[in-house]
Amino acid sequence: MVTPVLSITDAKLQLDGRVLWEHLNLEVKPNEFIAILGANGSGKSSLLRAILGQLPLSAGSIELNSKKIRRGSRRIGYVPQSRQPETTMPIRGKDLLWLGLNGHRFGFWAQNKTAKAQFDHIIEAIDGLELQNHLISEMSGGELQRFRVGQAVISEPDLILADEPLNALDYSQQAAVAELLNRESKEHHAAVLFVTHDVNPILDMVDRVLYLANGKFRIGTPSEVLTSETLSELYGTPIDVVRNQGRILVLGAHDSHDHHHDEEWS
Amino acid sequence: MIFDFSNYDQLLPLVTNSLIVGAMLALVGGLVGVFVINRDMSFAVHGISELSFAGASITLLLGGNVVFGSVIGSLVAAIVIGIMGAKAKERNSITAVLMPFGLGLGILALSLYQGRASNKFGLLTGQIVAVDDPQLIAVGVIAAIVLTTLLAVWRPLTFASIDSEVAAARGVPTRVLSVLFMVILGLAVAASIQVVGALLVLSLLVTPAAAAVRVSRSPFVIPVLSVSFAMISVIGGILLALGSSLPISPYVTSISFVIYLAARTIAWVKNR
Repeated sequence: MVTPVLSITDAKLQLDGRVLWEHLNLEVKPNEFIAILGANGSGKSSLLRAILGQLPLSAGSIELNSKKIRRGSRRIGYVPQSRQPETTMPIRGKDLLWLGLNGHRFGFWAQNKTAKAQFDHIIEAIDGLELQNHLISEMSGGELQRFRVGQAVISEPDLILADEPLNALDYSQQAAVAELLNRESKEHHAAVLFVTHDVNPILDMVDRVLYLANGKFRIGTPSEVLTSETLSELYGTPIDVVRNQGRILVLGAHDSHDHHHDEEWS
Repeated sequence: MIFDFSNYDQLLPLVTNSLIVGAMLALVGGLVGVFVINRDMSFAVHGISELSFAGASITLLLGGNVVFGSVIGSLVAAIVIGIMGAKAKERNSITAVLMPFGLGLGILALSLYQGRASNKFGLLTGQIVAVDDPQLIAVGVIAAIVLTTLLAVWRPLTFASIDSEVAAARGVPTRVLSVLFMVILGLAVAASIQVVGALLVLSLLVTPAAAAVRVSRSPFVIPVLSVSFAMISVIGGILLALGSSLPISPYVTSISFVIYLAARTIAWVKNR
């Protein structure tokens, strides 16, 4: 039996008196790619923050590599949304990669041969040789996310957390970035938790889906969870899941808040 | 006549201390400035310097050690701004509230002070007379603390400053580092006030780094340039002031400003 990278046991998260999810049990094995889906405000990103130790659980526990989680970890790689940092400091693509590799280490800048080899490997993998000296403020969303994926995988983490990394990218960029993340995470058997509101760009690579709604959740393969029956039960209201040319469309998935989406890509 | 360099060789030994202190402050200011730009804290530096001025003025009035007073004032301001203004938006209003309060408090203390008038103006606009030995030692100790700490946390602080979300996920103690940086910044401001004065601290702690990021993109070259620019401004300012009847600070700020203009021009020509 493979030791799980991440074990979430009977976890509950309550924010401002509202229960986002409870009795959540999830064991994530190496190489597993898990999509975390759900409406806005269902607690998808909060789950990532709980795993990072930034939001304390109301009950239950989370273990990373069989050890209780702390605030962040060297064993975790993180891919944020595609947005520009709030600084006037010039940041080049390669600076992001170096920070991912040794930004946590104390002392002044020092590079050794192993680190350089890792850097060269990743810059090649993300096709970033030409872009590495460009400022990230001058990159397109897709180009920046390639460097973000590189930054997350360069330290060979056991777990990669991705928080809506495909937001604001066009469809072809979404596919390319998702494919890159999947390929690079598999290289060192990292597990991936991928928060998204559109499962379609990653449908081919997803092993399991965690669907959060109304304080409840379902875990299973996409074909088990993404059905009219399961989601209707989860939302407590009729939901239509339509499959068309390999894409999935969820109709009638009302937000738990009043965001008036009558339908949304799930 | 503004300049008279005829007996320069006799004057130079008199400002040896000033030159040493100036060089230390340039090193500190140039390096700390990189993180001031990184963390978008230029305005906060101004706020800290006004409270540092208040602390210095109060100790001057009470007959205490001025450096000690400005360190206390700096640290109080730095920690208040650091804790209450964790977000950039809030930081600006907190700073704007603290600034006039500190300046007013300092002016009050100075009006009550009966001693030499040059001491009064020195705190606001910089030293005219040579730096004495106790001051040299005080600035030296502060500079040593700041430089050692800054070099030790350089990488994680950079990570936390420009990419805090990812840094936090990777286990970098972003909150501890941000408080630590405020302390470093407070100390750097307190030390700089001794030479350039509270009103002109920005010319040492912001302008050189702001010029450096205009002309380079490299995280290695930027600090080197920033320190060089600060060094040219301070040492140049002291040497020019020596041959004239004017105080040091206008020279320091002018050189610093000219470097900034030159950097912007170079960047503009490059990007055209």
